[in-house]
Amino acid sequence: MVELALPKNSRIRTGKTWPKPSGATNVRAFHIYRWNPDDGENPRVDTYHLDMDKCGPMVLDALIKIKNEIDPTLTFRRSCREGICGSCAMNIDGRNTLACIFGLDEIKGDVKIYPLPHMSVVKDLIPDLTHFYAQHAAIMPWLETKTNRPAKEWKQSIEDRKKLDGLYECVMCASCSTACPSYWWNSDKYLGPAALLHAYRWIIDSRDEATGERLDDLEDPFKLYRCHTIMNCAKTCPKGLNPAAAISEIKRMMVERAV
Amino acid sequence: MRYLTDRKRAEGKGAAHSGTDHHWYMQVSAVGLALIVPILIYIIGNAMGGTHEEVVATFARPVPAILTGLALVVGMQHFRKGAQMMIEDYWRKSTKKVLIMAVIVLSYGITATGLFALVKIAL
Repeated sequence: MVELALPKNSRIRTGKTWPKPSGATNVRAFHIYRWNPDDGENPRVDTYHLDMDKCGPMVLDALIKIKNEIDPTLTFRRSCREGICGSCAMNIDGRNTLACIFGLDEIKGDVKIYPLPHMSVVKDLIPDLTHFYAQHAAIMPWLETKTNRPAKEWKQSIEDRKKLDGLYECVMCASCSTACPSYWWNSDKYLGPAALLHAYRWIIDSRDEATGERLDDLEDPFKLYRCHTIMNCAKTCPKGLNPAAAISEIKRMMVERAV
Repeated sequence: MRYLTDRKRAEGKGAAHSGTDHHWYMQVSAVGLALIVPILIYIIGNAMGGTHEEVVATFARPVPAILTGLALVVGMQHFRKGAQMMIEDYWRKSTKKVLIMAVIVLSYGITATGLFALVKIAL
């Protein structure tokens, strides 16, 4: 059966509580998941306190402030700070999202930050996305053509280009896939919402000439049909995309070509 | 420990090229059951409280008998496929196969038993 409980060495214990900043009146507590593969210890949740009058508005601002001023060992990914690179995806206040565009004012009370759920952890807030990226590569995220390359460019009508809206914006942060229970239990075989959204982005592209092959590669009880339309993906996507709708469209195309 | 590339792990054994029939059947049967079940509940509700002879007479009539038969066949197939998917979600290896076989036996068993009872009542 699938593993429903955490193994003993993954059970989370209470960690260190760092002192409150002296003289601060607007203090907020941050409970942050910590795990170091080198110390052999179980994961723990450390508590930090920040003076919110001296902190930026986003969760990533708080994390950077903690790393710079309190605990330099705190480890997390970040890059663009404007929701376009997808690096700082993590579970904040129970929701998978991007720390850089998630406002601290959207959270009531203490702030709880964990890595993306149900993924192997590399360290602290960094999940191992190796398999996730390999699944993305497996759907061939590029234009496949058989016609000889045109002299100028592959043309596309305005209407056909509009079909890519709501798809091309995905930044591959993995928030959706790691919010999907089907992906939790069957990520070895199920491609997950992010990879399937990207698959649909190329299936629906009027310039792509491998539609049949792409659908063939997806027609599988696990790769595609493990999606049970739970909709966690759409609910959590920090970019406001709807991977579940893209998956439904792929299923519709599968039925259309069979029935 | 196996030294497989990330891409090989992601590709697995490739696509089985099946699943669309299953998906389409579940959609169609769901619509069918959404029509059949309320009517059947109405018929059963009307029959409730009656004597044994009255209930038997109700299910001996063509429409209730056919609807009951349809509900058994379509409903049990819907159950079989749905339960199989649920088992595939949560169970692994031999246990998964044994449970799927058990569900198949159970669904066909219930269907056969129900149809036998229905035929006995109707004839």
